Amino acid sequence: MNPADLIRGGREAADLCFHCGERVPPGTRYAVRAGDRWEPVCCAGCEAVASAIFQRGLADYYRLRESAGGAPQPESDDLKLYDDPAVQRAFVRRDGDGREAQLLLEGIRCPACAWLNEQVLAGQPGVLGASVNTATHVATVRWDPARARLSDILRAVREIGYRASPFDPAHARAVQRAERRSALARICVAGLGAMQVMMYAVPAYLAGEGELAADIAVLMRWASLALTLPVVCYSAWPFFAGAWRDLCTGRPGMDVPVALGIAVAFGASVAATLRGEGEVYFDSVTMFVFLLLVGRYFEILARQRAGRALRHLARLVPEFANRLRDFPRSLEPERVAAAALEAGDVVLVRPGETFPADGLVAQGFGAASEALVSGEARPVAKSPGSAVIAGSSNLSSPLIVRITRVGPETLLSSILRLADRAAAQRPRLIRLADRTASWFIGLVIALAAIAAWFWAGEDPARVVPTVVAVLVATCPCALSLSAPIALTVAVGEFARGGVVVARGGAVETLAKTSDVVFDKTGTLTHGELRLKEVLTHGAAGRERCLAVAAAIEAASEHPIGKALVAAEAGTALRAAEFRNVPGAGMEALVEGSRYRIGTLPFVREISPGPVPRREPGQDTVVWLGGESGLLASFRLGDELRREAEEALALLRSLGVRVHLLSGDGENAVREIAWRLDIPFAEAGATPQRKRQLVAELQKEGRIVAMVGDGINDAPVLAQADVSLAMIGGARLAQQRADAVIVSQDLRDLPRAVVHARRALRIVRQNIAWAFVYNLLVLPLALAGALTPWAAALGMSASSLVVGLNALRLERRPRRKTTASAAPARLAAT
Amino acid sequence: MDILYLLVPLSVALVFLIGAVLWFALHSGQFDDLEGPALKILADDDRAGKSEPRL
Repeated sequence: MNPADLIRGGREAADLCFHCGERVPPGTRYAVRAGDRWEPVCCAGCEAVASAIFQRGLADYYRLRESAGGAPQPESDDLKLYDDPAVQRAFVRRDGDGREAQLLLEGIRCPACAWLNEQVLAGQPGVLGASVNTATHVATVRWDPARARLSDILRAVREIGYRASPFDPAHARAVQRAERRSALARICVAGLGAMQVMMYAVPAYLAGEGELAADIAVLMRWASLALTLPVVCYSAWPFFAGAWRDLCTGRPGMDVPVALGIAVAFGASVAATLRGEGEVYFDSVTMFVFLLLVGRYFEILARQRAGRALRHLARLVPEFANRLRDFPRSLEPERVAAAALEAGDVVLVRPGETFPADGLVAQGFGAASEALVSGEARPVAKSPGSAVIAGSSNLSSPLIVRITRVGPETLLSSILRLADRAAAQRPRLIRLADRTASWFIGLVIALAAIAAWFWAGEDPARVVPTVVAVLVATCPCALSLSAPIALTVAVGEFARGGVVVARGGAVETLAKTSDVVFDKTGTLTHGELRLKEVLTHGAAGRERCLAVAAAIEAASEHPIGKALVAAEAGTALRAAEFRNVPGAGMEALVEGSRYRIGTLPFVREISPGPVPRREPGQDTVVWLGGESGLLASFRLGDELRREAEEALALLRSLGVRVHLLSGDGENAVREIAWRLDIPFAEAGATPQRKRQLVAELQKEGRIVAMVGDGINDAPVLAQADVSLAMIGGARLAQQRADAVIVSQDLRDLPRAVVHARRALRIVRQNIAWAFVYNLLVLPLALAGALTPWAAALGMSASSLVVGLNALRLERRPRRKTTASAAPARLAAT
Repeated sequence: MDILYLLVPLSVALVFLIGAVLWFALHSGQFDDLEGPALKILADDDRAGKSEPRL
């Protein structure tokens, strides 16, 4: 149940915070006066926020809100930087004497939040005006620089538990808005025209023979002409432009018959009006344009919505960074704008802060949360030399990072670009639908010509209505729309589920996949050494042995060393006098005694005593010994991903066969195949062999999806029908797969298959519907049984059905916010 | 029926006028947020002395 409901519910909610809805810890005494009673709150922060809201007379917020408020953001002096004119230049507009800026408000969950922010912003001294857009969460604030500072305005927002940051009115957004506005304007013009023209047409329809005075009829026609002119010239302009473009490229699209229909009907009507005799079809033309534009508007909305999930990512990068100008001589940080950073700069990132750019850790040990960027839910350990990703956040301790890539070169930007590229490509299904549509269009135009010839002989008065009805009713708009809309929505939904589609056709092929081939064991395992077992051989316990080992390996670049450091729980032993013997191990002093870690002979040089028997196996074993004797042996190996078994079971339940083709040794492959119950596994496969096997599967008519790291084995990836990569990290930019499982969660693979199948099913429904509609309506139109306006209605309705059907793809349990990515996604399945 | 000679052109002019108004409304951003303003009416504080101009 929603905490906010509990709050409104009253009594039983006594132990939930009045402001944020969290549980109030027992014994807490914070409370806030709400009207005539006291309500409990969970902490001093919420108390302050709630009091601030009440003091400003904004108690309505609690009545109107739909979800609980945010906890207050810690005070920070970052905000002062926003007063710097140089910083402001990027996002503040001069507006006469005032200044105007758009601020992105984070933490807004419902219209009440937006209202609250608006009130607070407008109530600040010196603020001339403020408005908050509920849909986009962007506040537009105008203020007088002589009386208010931007930092004070931002702080006011922060004080009530939200976060305001300058919103860079990204170009894309402006373009989207312009597109929506111009589409709406065209709809308005066409709608108004259609309504009024219909008013003029009704008397002519209703009047019996000779009942309508001839001069009045002429007047109505001229009035209709006056109103239809802007509809045809302005509202229908995109159709004419599209038709012209299609004709120039020699590939008739659906705009051609539409434009032709409009032109024929309008031309015939104008001619009839000028001559003063014959039928006019102004009402049909305007109605047709209006209905068609409404269909297109929905298409625009669907497309723009699809891209939104990814756009959210772009806001993750912080605005400011702590640059260490004189590192390593001095650790004195200076605050600079993140945009001013360059590759090679060294920055300090404190716990809780976000990495401003991609880089390598130069100093410090800690962990980072990359959940927002890659979907990896667990903290990722960071030590000197580890790569960090812009947009991920530092969790545990301060890290000094040497920047390697900034701005558009960062991983975050790569993800965005991949998705953009996919959106720009036309998948096979769309091309097929387009080809069918353009073939169909040729047919329609030919049929219209035949109908014109036929009716010219039979009944000349019915030539124009029939031709227009044929052109309009049978226009394969729905056919052209059916696939793109559904696939666009699907790509957006994929991105929300942690899978970035890099090539347009991936969704379609993924849906048909019958075999999944794992390209290497590394895809099913973590691909790195992990500590599997610790055997102690001396008096020291397991924890102590690990702590010593980790202390010695603390600065190690070796995979074994990294695995030991990663496995250690965090005791702060420090080692000194490191000595690295390549190929043998490390030696160091820990708390005054000498230890060695490495191969058995190397450790035995200082450690006397018996050697325990060891089981033969394929795992790597390293030994730890002190001067008193052998202490422990560590068994390290590559571990299966925790979710691999579940993921494969899900795949099997979808009827997908699973294969493992690996270049690794027999033992490793056999163990994994046995543990995961993979019937088809082959070890020691060369890229040529893999390619051959994939080709054999395809010869049997199987559709093969290859899952690999997306970088190596390009020929194998190219051979497979669709390739997926399980990569995050810095290598994403070079990957060549059709889709990337950015979340690095194998279970997203079967989920993606399920989702792709849904998408394909909807595409098929759409295409089937479009075909059935066109085949049914064509004879009617040819027979002259369809008036042009009915034809327009039918055509637009069929387009709308297709669009709305595609939007059904979106209707499923969604994550609440991008922030709670991983857990919510698990819950959704 | 002669009145129609006035009314019909008038209706045409009226449609153009409405079109112009809609055009203005659209391009001044009044259709960009269809949810917030509805709430503002309910939630606005109408007490005197609190008339900060809005955008």
